[in-house]
Amino acid sequence: MKGELSDLYQEVVVDHGKRPRNFHKLEGATHKAEGLNPLCGDHLTLYIKLDGDVIQEVSFEGSGCAISKASASVMTGILKGKTKGEAEVLFDRFHAMVTKGPGGGELDLEALGKLAIFSGVWEFPTRVKCASLAWHTLHSALRGEGAPVSTE
Amino acid sequence: MNANAELRAIRPESSEAGGYDVERIRRDFPILSQKVWDKPLVYLDNAATTQKPRAVLDAIQSYYEESNANVHRGVHLLSEKATRLYEEARIEIARFLNARDPREVIFVRGATEGINLVAQTLGRQRVGPGDEVLITGMEHHSNIVPWQMLCEERGAKLVVCSFDDAGQLRLEELEQKMGPHTKLLAVTHVSNALGTVNPIRRIVDMAHRHGVRVLVDGAQAAPHLAVDVQALDADFYVLSGHKLYGPTGIGILYGKSEILEAIPPWQGGGDMILSVTFEKTVYNKIPYKFEAGTPDIAGAVGLAAAVRYLSGLGLAAVEAHEADLLAYGTRRLAEVPGLRMIGTAAAKAGVLSFVLDEVHPHDIGTILDREGVAVRAGHHCAQPVMQRYGIPATARASLGLYNTREEIDALVTALLKVNEVFR
Repeated sequence: MKGELSDLYQEVVVDHGKRPRNFHKLEGATHKAEGLNPLCGDHLTLYIKLDGDVIQEVSFEGSGCAISKASASVMTGILKGKTKGEAEVLFDRFHAMVTKGPGGGELDLEALGKLAIFSGVWEFPTRVKCASLAWHTLHSALRGEGAPVSTE
Repeated sequence: MNANAELRAIRPESSEAGGYDVERIRRDFPILSQKVWDKPLVYLDNAATTQKPRAVLDAIQSYYEESNANVHRGVHLLSEKATRLYEEARIEIARFLNARDPREVIFVRGATEGINLVAQTLGRQRVGPGDEVLITGMEHHSNIVPWQMLCEERGAKLVVCSFDDAGQLRLEELEQKMGPHTKLLAVTHVSNALGTVNPIRRIVDMAHRHGVRVLVDGAQAAPHLAVDVQALDADFYVLSGHKLYGPTGIGILYGKSEILEAIPPWQGGGDMILSVTFEKTVYNKIPYKFEAGTPDIAGAVGLAAAVRYLSGLGLAAVEAHEADLLAYGTRRLAEVPGLRMIGTAAAKAGVLSFVLDEVHPHDIGTILDREGVAVRAGHHCAQPVMQRYGIPATARASLGLYNTREEIDALVTALLKVNEVFR
């Protein structure tokens, strides 16, 4: 496999895509939002249980490509125990990483932690929406916006 | 000839036996010689849009360099030249479709606009509260949404005929659903998502027996098989130029002249009138009644060049070449572990739609792209078809007259790489 492709489809990404974690409905969720990518039909529902400002539990359901499922899987894992504010900061970092790549400023892979496995996405502009769908949905869920999020 | 032949309307085309030289044909298409990601381009997204032969590019270029002016207006020489080219394009396209009369050929932006035109003219005139518009489950969104909008506006009902697992229309059900309130049937000639070729003449006869008018979406058919609108007997037939090796932004609405004359105009503006006062406007005759505003003259000239090019190759020869590729592709794809074809009708044209175990079509598309192979991944603007099969999307390789068996091999090799990544 060529360099860029193996950057995109890192083993961990493929694994999360095949066996997504936190992939279920969440009983007692306080927040819920839907995300759609009309271009390719990706569709996910995100559930969050907030305690005050802290994300206690988060899960998702839906269908999509390996990138969008892996992104949602890793995101849900990473968010547990984070505050809303911390989640927003992570979103910004993630977004900068997948849109601008390493050239887009000081990319602190350490601060990104597990999210760094998506650092190959920026070389595939058509796949940025796949990687960020879960995050946009999170944004909408936390803000309690009713309408489904669309990547278009 | 296989069993498909009787389901299609085939007009004999002249073609030299064995004269289909695909390598020579490929040289007519400048874009095909490029490399993508350092690999030779394998363009298998022809159902989305086709590439353009040099003849089409030259026709557009020379129109702008030598003949550009507005049509049907000026008395000067250039306007006369532009008008002649535009009207000759209409005549050539009428001949290509075997229409009785060039006035039955209306230039529109594409198949979508043609359908909307019919929905908003004949549709509004004929469809009232309690009436029904019949479509099929395999329509492209462009042959669903305009009817949905019409039904909503008129208080009418959209009725849908289903298809079997292979992707073939259930014709008995179709006839059962033609009732006293059915005013119109809109049906695709060839499914863009499944490749199914529908037996249009049989369907049209059935509809006419029930007093139902028929619009046929020919966007995916015209590039693959000879279309004879008289043999099909459809009331309307729409197609898009860009899927027929012509430019984008131009398409055709064919309609039987007696019907076109009886329906109201669509958009108002210049060219569609005979006289205008503030009290009353007298509309122009067909086809101009439906062509408000300055048309896409260069587009019409380009489309005429495309049909000339196709006729030069001979539709029968193109059809034979593509039938061979389709059979070869079907066979080769079956070798890919975990691959399942979506759309296995007995009569098919141009489309190899499939899913791969555990691998989402979008991921297939990205990996194939890096191997130089361009396919479409998604719902193909036919979400109800995807829902019918319980899948979110498919990967679709769609064939054109310049594709080769070697390109099918490249597709198969690239698919094996997909399996490697997702092993």
